[in-house]
Amino acid sequence: MKQAISINVNGVDHHDEIEPRLLLVHYLRDLLGLTGTHIGCETSICGACTVLLDGQAVKSCTMFAVQADGANITTIEGLAANGQLHPVQEGFWEHHGLQCGYCTPGMIIAATQIIDRNPNPSRDEIRHGLEGNLCRCTGYQHIVEAVEYAAKKAAG
Amino acid sequence: MSKYVGQRIKRTEDPRLIKGLAHYVDDIRLPDTLHVVFVRSLYAHARINGVDASDALKAPGVVAVYTGKDVAEKIGPVPCASALPDLKVPDYRVLATDKALFVGHPIAAIVATDKYVARDAVDLVSVEYEELPAVVDVEDAAKGGTVIHEKFGHNVAYKLTSGEGDIEAALNSADRIVTQKMIHQRLAPIAMETRGVLARYFPGEEELTIWSSTQIPHLLRTQLALMIGIPENKLRVITPEVGGGFGSKLNVYAEEALLGWISMQLGKPAKWIETRRENFQSTIHGRAQVGTVEIGCKNDGTITGLRYNVFADLGAYHQLLTPAIPTLTGLMLSGAYKIPAIQMNVTGVFTNKMATDAYRGAGRPEATYVVERAMDLVAKELKMDPVELRRKNFPKSDEFPFHTATGLDYDSGNYEAALDKALDLSGYQKLREEQKQVRANGKLIGIGMSSYVEICALGPSQAMPAGGWESATVRIEPTGKVTIMTGASPHGQGQETSFAQIAADELGVDLNDVTVIHGDTAIVQYGIGTFGSRATAVGGTAVLVAIQKLKEKAAKIAAHMLQADSSRLIFEAGRYSLQAATAAGVSEPVVPVGQAPAGALLEPATEGKSSLTIQEIALAAHVAKEIPPDTEPGLSATYFFEPKNFTFPFGTHICVVEIDKETGETKFLRYVAVDDCGKVINPLLVDGQVHGGIVQSIGQALYEEVVYDEQGQLVTGELMDYALPKASQVPWFETDRTETPSPVNPLGVKGVGEAGTIGATPAIVNAIVDALSPYGVKHVDMPVRPEAVWKLISEA
Ligand code: FES
Ligand code: FES
Repeated sequence: MKQAISINVNGVDHHDEIEPRLLLVHYLRDLLGLTGTHIGCETSICGACTVLLDGQAVKSCTMFAVQADGANITTIEGLAANGQLHPVQEGFWEHHGLQCGYCTPGMIIAATQIIDRNPNPSRDEIRHGLEGNLCRCTGYQHIVEAVEYAAKKAAG
Repeated sequence: MSKYVGQRIKRTEDPRLIKGLAHYVDDIRLPDTLHVVFVRSLYAHARINGVDASDALKAPGVVAVYTGKDVAEKIGPVPCASALPDLKVPDYRVLATDKALFVGHPIAAIVATDKYVARDAVDLVSVEYEELPAVVDVEDAAKGGTVIHEKFGHNVAYKLTSGEGDIEAALNSADRIVTQKMIHQRLAPIAMETRGVLARYFPGEEELTIWSSTQIPHLLRTQLALMIGIPENKLRVITPEVGGGFGSKLNVYAEEALLGWISMQLGKPAKWIETRRENFQSTIHGRAQVGTVEIGCKNDGTITGLRYNVFADLGAYHQLLTPAIPTLTGLMLSGAYKIPAIQMNVTGVFTNKMATDAYRGAGRPEATYVVERAMDLVAKELKMDPVELRRKNFPKSDEFPFHTATGLDYDSGNYEAALDKALDLSGYQKLREEQKQVRANGKLIGIGMSSYVEICALGPSQAMPAGGWESATVRIEPTGKVTIMTGASPHGQGQETSFAQIAADELGVDLNDVTVIHGDTAIVQYGIGTFGSRATAVGGTAVLVAIQKLKEKAAKIAAHMLQADSSRLIFEAGRYSLQAATAAGVSEPVVPVGQAPAGALLEPATEGKSSLTIQEIALAAHVAKEIPPDTEPGLSATYFFEPKNFTFPFGTHICVVEIDKETGETKFLRYVAVDDCGKVINPLLVDGQVHGGIVQSIGQALYEEVVYDEQGQLVTGELMDYALPKASQVPWFETDRTETPSPVNPLGVKGVGEAGTIGATPAIVNAIVDALSPYGVKHVDMPVRPEAVWKLISEA
């Protein structure tokens, strides 16, 4: 029994008939081909699947796509505007905030939310803000620096 | 010469990764792909009396179900590459046939048109198990009781004694002997990208392509060709983006062979993406040693000998290197010290668990932990400062190459320099004074250190199961762009950048004109892969020497074109020119690459010039009208670099912790790391490697442990139950370096990938023990959980 949904992803409207049990992350990856959003656990721990849903960072592995009916979603692919990297993306590049890159899309999305909520976060605040995102490669320090860079940059 | 090498250059691989446009295995979509899901054993040890897949086969969308019986004759066993005397090697079939030997042991493969359908079908396969007693405790398993592999009659896979010197005499000559049992708990590597395989068979061409998240594309190709029985030159292995490995993808897994075989059976692409639960169950684990160290010392602190008797928990089967990992522990038991006699007695034991194998550090973190904990125990026993004890036993910088009683020759080192730098950076003396004061106020502050040596750049082929060299091909294309093909297989280490740095400097070209290709066996010459902190030291050297070879040829062509003797040419900033004193006339501006007029390909204009860029020479070499008569057209060179020795990076880490008396929790106050990895190509990447390694060490020291219960059930089967360190749980790292070049390779590079996981764990535990020393605590086992600490405090 398929269900109709309308979702706006990265500024594009999508209308699909989907199974109610289809996870949002699988909808984004398998139906829309937006494979930048990753899966690291499917248990809401690692944060690799983080996307923005109506401006809130959510873990798309623990939501059904039908729950996102009517929502606006931003994935990593939609973050750069007009070919310009988002300040957080830039920060990750400048400060070597990634190694294998697998956690990176989720980290970057989570980091945009940290800065949105608190334009001038301390290192501790950044670390707490990233608690829902695991990285096995970087040891987090360069990620913290990347977010600091982005906060400064966004503040102009 | 060094526009790029030694600089903090941001990575060229990053743009695709930060934009979400990179392709890991699961991101590759092929039409008509079938999805594979495995039925895995629910029991640690059970006889399989039957597998009934008839219901599953009736489910709409299910295409096939394969059981152990279906494939036993078709696919060869999972390989073990380690050779040890009298090693027991069980027959490791890709699907269990008559017995399941660990939780997660694959029993059947379900193939369906949709991954949800395939997952549903798992519940429709009924497996008739007859449960058997599980063998869980490694020491008990070695003694007897239930036997896992009946044909061996017991659970001991091998026993091995290693080391040099008369250990009995050495320990007898000691004034004191300190003995301590230590547990190196089982860990899960947890690359954030789980394993995954996509296989596609082309029936017409009889060719099979396998995309796999692996660290060793070529070795995998060879092994899979043997397992599946396809000619190796008809099999292509591609490692797309790989989301971390840490040794867990330095292997040949049952699923990789099965997926290839299934695609061949069904003539369609087949994909399997490991779930995190499967990753805990059936991707290799690391560490898992239980051992006792005896260390002898004189009253003045001189170490006389060290013995380590250890049980290694191998799991149910050997994966690629399983039995070899403890031998690496044996090699590194001299640590950073002169120890005249060393002995390791290892008993490798089968248990009903997933195999252990190389997890970042692979046997060396265990050795370093043993040695560095033992040094602290000796310091305590002798009431010496741990710094002075270490310093006393270091080989001096002029004693290198330094021969150890474990049979190694350390290439180069200056251990005191790194130690002193770490003492300076941390303000060690002041820290000790502060510690005294706060202790008086009842606060539990601990200072811990570790002076480690690791063995890297694996390694000479003599010491490796399948070759220890690495390869590179360097090519300058007609348009002047540089292509490097490396046999290394980076998966986060950043060699697309660091190898380009080496090449750009050596060729005098722009970094952005260099592309590094890796991980495709149809494109790249045979290689060994990325593990054992080897890629830059061995693979980077291959790049360097290949370029030097290429330049010899380029110089010949340049001399011919400039009508000069090659001895009169100099190469500088990407240009061959006649030496200034003899240059004829004024050099004309050359046409910059990329701006050459149409048709330039046919007319490399060189007349009247006194210099030529390497790009112009590349063009001429391809057009081949102006090259010396005895010269092959084209401009490329390949080199396979065989190192003569390992390299031995070292360093000192100092860690300061505070323990909360009420909760037993450990909090980091400082973390100082001074590492010496030889010459540094890119300091930014080295810092990244060090940070990441230390955090994995923090994981081992404080949080992580793979737990199997008494029935062999895997208790830590998801990330909810297995605690990886989070951003908020780790300190700010103060890193610095000393730089002692390695004489083993012309780059002087030693390697850094594993330094953090090797050096940091003992520094952290030493700090915790130091903090608890007012309670008479001499040792705690890892992971040091708050409840254990709290118990020690409240029982004291
Ligand atoms: S995949 Fe969603 S939190 Fe890990
Ligand atoms: S960069 Fe590899 S997991 Fe974060």
